[in-house]
Amino acid sequence: MIQNLPWLFLLLPLVVSAINWLCFKKCACMAATLSILSAMATFAMCVAYLMGWQTGTPTTYTWMPIMAEGMPSLSVGLLMDPLAMRMMLVVTGIGLLVHIFSLGYMKGDTSNHSRYFAGLSIFMFSMTMIVLADNLAMTFIGWEMVGFSSYLLIGHWFDKASAADAAKKAFITNRVGDFGFLIGILLTLAVFGTLSFGEMGGKAAAIAPAVLSATIICLFCGAVGKSAQFPLHVWLPDAMEGPTPVSALIHAATMVAAGVYMLVRLQVSMGEAAFTDTACTVIATVGAITAVLAALMAVQQDDIKRVLAYSTLSQLGYMVMAVGLLAGEAAMFHLYTHAWFKALLFLGAGAIIVRCHHEQDIWKMGGLSKRMPLTVICFLMGTCALIAIPGFSGFFSKEAILDAALTKNPVFFWVGAAVAALTTFYMARLCLVAFLGEARAHGAAEAREAGPTMLLPLLILSIMAIISGYGFVADGLVPYEGFHAHGFALGLPFYVSMGSLVIGLLLAWAVYGLGKRRQDPLAGNALSTALRKRLYIDDVYDKGLIGFLQGNLARAIELFDNAILHGICTQGAGWLTGRFGKLLTWFQGGILRRYSVVAALGALLFLFLIVSFSFTH
Amino acid sequence: MLIWLIIVPVIAAALIGLLKAPGRATALVSATFTLILGVCAFIHTTFCANPCIDCWSTVGNSELWLSLETPLSPIMLLLSVLVTFAAVLGMKAPNKDAERSWAISALMLSTGATGAFISDNIISFYAFHELALIPTFVMIGLYGRGNRRTVAWTATVYLGLASMVLLAGLLMLCSELRAYTFSGIRLAIAQGVVPTSVLVPGLLLAGFGTLVSLFPFHSWAAPAYASAPTPIAMLHAGVLKKFGLYGLFTLAWAMGPVCKDFFGCWNNLLLVLLLGNVLWVGYVTVAQTRLDDMLGNSSVMHMGYIFLAFAAFVASGAGNELAHKGAAMLMLAHGLTIALLFLLTGQIESQTRTLELDSMGGLGRKLPMLGFLFGLAGLASIGLPLLANFAGEFTVFVSCFSGWQPGAATAAQGCDILSSIYGWFEGWMSSIWLIGPVFGWIFGAITGALNTISGWFGGLGPVQLATVFALWGLVISAIYMLRAFRRVFEGNVGLASERATGLSCADIWAAAFLAFFIVLFGVAPFIIF
Repeated sequence: MIQNLPWLFLLLPLVVSAINWLCFKKCACMAATLSILSAMATFAMCVAYLMGWQTGTPTTYTWMPIMAEGMPSLSVGLLMDPLAMRMMLVVTGIGLLVHIFSLGYMKGDTSNHSRYFAGLSIFMFSMTMIVLADNLAMTFIGWEMVGFSSYLLIGHWFDKASAADAAKKAFITNRVGDFGFLIGILLTLAVFGTLSFGEMGGKAAAIAPAVLSATIICLFCGAVGKSAQFPLHVWLPDAMEGPTPVSALIHAATMVAAGVYMLVRLQVSMGEAAFTDTACTVIATVGAITAVLAALMAVQQDDIKRVLAYSTLSQLGYMVMAVGLLAGEAAMFHLYTHAWFKALLFLGAGAIIVRCHHEQDIWKMGGLSKRMPLTVICFLMGTCALIAIPGFSGFFSKEAILDAALTKNPVFFWVGAAVAALTTFYMARLCLVAFLGEARAHGAAEAREAGPTMLLPLLILSIMAIISGYGFVADGLVPYEGFHAHGFALGLPFYVSMGSLVIGLLLAWAVYGLGKRRQDPLAGNALSTALRKRLYIDDVYDKGLIGFLQGNLARAIELFDNAILHGICTQGAGWLTGRFGKLLTWFQGGILRRYSVVAALGALLFLFLIVSFSFTH
Repeated sequence: MLIWLIIVPVIAAALIGLLKAPGRATALVSATFTLILGVCAFIHTTFCANPCIDCWSTVGNSELWLSLETPLSPIMLLLSVLVTFAAVLGMKAPNKDAERSWAISALMLSTGATGAFISDNIISFYAFHELALIPTFVMIGLYGRGNRRTVAWTATVYLGLASMVLLAGLLMLCSELRAYTFSGIRLAIAQGVVPTSVLVPGLLLAGFGTLVSLFPFHSWAAPAYASAPTPIAMLHAGVLKKFGLYGLFTLAWAMGPVCKDFFGCWNNLLLVLLLGNVLWVGYVTVAQTRLDDMLGNSSVMHMGYIFLAFAAFVASGAGNELAHKGAAMLMLAHGLTIALLFLLTGQIESQTRTLELDSMGGLGRKLPMLGFLFGLAGLASIGLPLLANFAGEFTVFVSCFSGWQPGAATAAQGCDILSSIYGWFEGWMSSIWLIGPVFGWIFGAITGALNTISGWFGGLGPVQLATVFALWGLVISAIYMLRAFRRVFEGNVGLASERATGLSCADIWAAAFLAFFIVLFGVAPFIIF
């Protein structure tokens, strides 16, 4: 019995979510309490397991018994290796802080809070499913379920058109990635003969490299969708329509990192040999493209959440690039530090947004360092970690990725360095504009310090943003088996990243000064417009793909279907039958003269038949 | 025992019709009875170690030979009784007289479907289905929406033609094998009789296919469902439509390995047609502007996946147990889901008095319960895990790759109708100036593209290649379902939604009943497997 305790990781949030949904629809504070308790319990359990608590291997259950020959049954089981359990710590830890932060954030909001907390709980369930899954099918189930909970939470304010559209866009874009992912899962099943992570090892050598590449690239499609990599990155910035704590938890720290986690999980269980050169090149290139494009777009965003969203995209690109360079350890290190400091940045932004009366435009902020100093200091800690100032957590993990890139492929190293400079520039821009100078709008002028339920998570996350990169923390917590924070040496990567840091800071200072600007001096030209319009990628999708494929093409098909298949074939059959019936009624119209003519004709025919028959025989 | 599943509803219908018994209440009693009996039969045959199948059968030499011997029967019976109960419970007729005829039709429809699913005798299997079609047409003609006369007439004639084709196929098959029951066919095949006709499987596929709305014979379905009164749409789309698939699967099961040669010739053509269901009809669905049309087409689209399972089943010579199970799961799940969606659509229409997607919006704020249930059913139908359809779809996809290995080129089928058609077409076309080369070039390009795609994955067989294409249906279905949900339930509260007053208890219970089973089979698919 006791060995099945880990199943609570899954069951607790699921049950809580169901209860919140069905029973506490009208009783928001009960719903919130239950959700927070469940998050606390899972976090505590996770800590206990990491401290060495043992309960034995949890039972694996058969979910769909499959009786086909050579096919494994579809089972659900928990895989509790360090990779999974430490990832669980990130998920439950940040999850718990976000739950607590939500209390303060949602205060005064008129929407249904029970629905919100039920959504958070179902997200915790789904994410746990991905992290603890012991086979790819279970990963896929969790994969779809996080997509669903993300849909629910982005669309939390569903009567707002933009939120409802963003939720739909996120789900459908993810589905496009899942299309490839599912093909990849089917191929994995066929070529590896199993979906279980524990049984994949060592089989790659016997498989033709071309098939292996196809399999890995298909599986990677799933990560492209979930981790919002180019060309499916378009959903993530829109997802910022959701409540900000949700953005912190789902769209920054955990769910979007699931793609990276899944790839590393595959790398670990299939062995690095399974990641062929072709597959690796594709993965690293996609990651690098995403990192660069997203960093560029972040430079010209005015919405504080969108700046952070593009920065998330760009950092995810970093991680994916690291996976493609076969540096899974560095990828997971960055995933882990990024989770803490990006959650901090989002929650900080959330606190600022709430206190500025839901104003998100940085050009309508200003002078916040005077009005909400604690929040701003916490936000700055996160910024320091993100732009990799030596000593902060992000510095160590970024160095690890740059190190790996330099040894594997210098092109990616220089791409990484350029992205680092851009990152510094846009984050410095954000801080200079929003925090210094005078308030440029009514909301910012009235801002005051955030309340305790919001500050507490910020403080805890700030501590993590600083210390989580050092060996004494990281060695025990980074989700990678046998992770060891290697001491860094003064070398090319260090000098280059320091160079990009300084360049970025100086440029931002030169352009934006110390908060005196009232509008963006870089705005107004073609390049800026292009960056603001997200390099027109969304427009191409809207007009080209959605307008053409789902609009004109679908209508044309429908027209053809309606006119030819339905109009001529189906209705034609009915029409013909009707005509034939009319023809037959002519013979039986009750008119005696017609009957006699028909009878005479019939008699003639009969006679003819008899005569001809007797002649032939 | 099974005979009571037929007798009780007939008696109930007679009571309503002849003695003017109250419509809905009487039907509800009958539906409750069949529900209990059906569920008992399902549990007994599925979970008991040594189920006494003969206990259920109507034994003897009677022509009406009912049994649960075929593997799909208990599952289809379960589907039938579940949907019948919900349809009767959620029935809302405009007046007392109408209620009586609605109740009679619902009972007859469900009796016909149930009878077909538990018939061993092929003639009564066919006859029960015909019986079920009659109330469908009458109800569309009398109580339908929109252009009901034309719709009823068109559907009657079209399905009548399909039934003729089907009957011809069935009779030819039976006379060739000298067996008139499914078990008899199984016995005959086991004794070494081999059906050789190429035409018969074609007739069967066309006949059954039309009844299941296989592309390009699908266009009767959406207008009929859109027009039919709610309980009829539920029962027809949810239960009766599975008749064709049930028939195909059961015949293939009865034939065993022989089915590979029997249906095999047609398999490649079938793959093309089912992709028509998934992709072509998928895009037709995206273009719909009314909720009921959209749902009708979506139900046509999802039939493609079950045909995919059938193709995989046939290609493996009935050895692919997984395809069989997956199809059963998917049929059950789809039946429950589409019934729930039609039920909720009926409620939406009675609340807002419109089904035009453009004039709705924000209904989720006015009726959160309705939004929740519709969202659940909609997400189930697009294959969200932990809801029933996912288990079915996933198993079907897995089954299509079962037994496939990269590099192992699939053995060429002895005869292939698709290549014959192509060859005939090519010969005919090449005699025409200019069109011949263009035609050859286009088909060369298509073949080349297919070979290239298949080569990427190490040589996919036809079934696997079709699966890869069919998976795109997951994206299409997400598009139309989420779009519809967005337009009906989210955004600003539209004018139509303002009219909404609230649902009655019976409405909610009927829907919750189906929703419960969708969740149950989704979380615990091992019940069915």
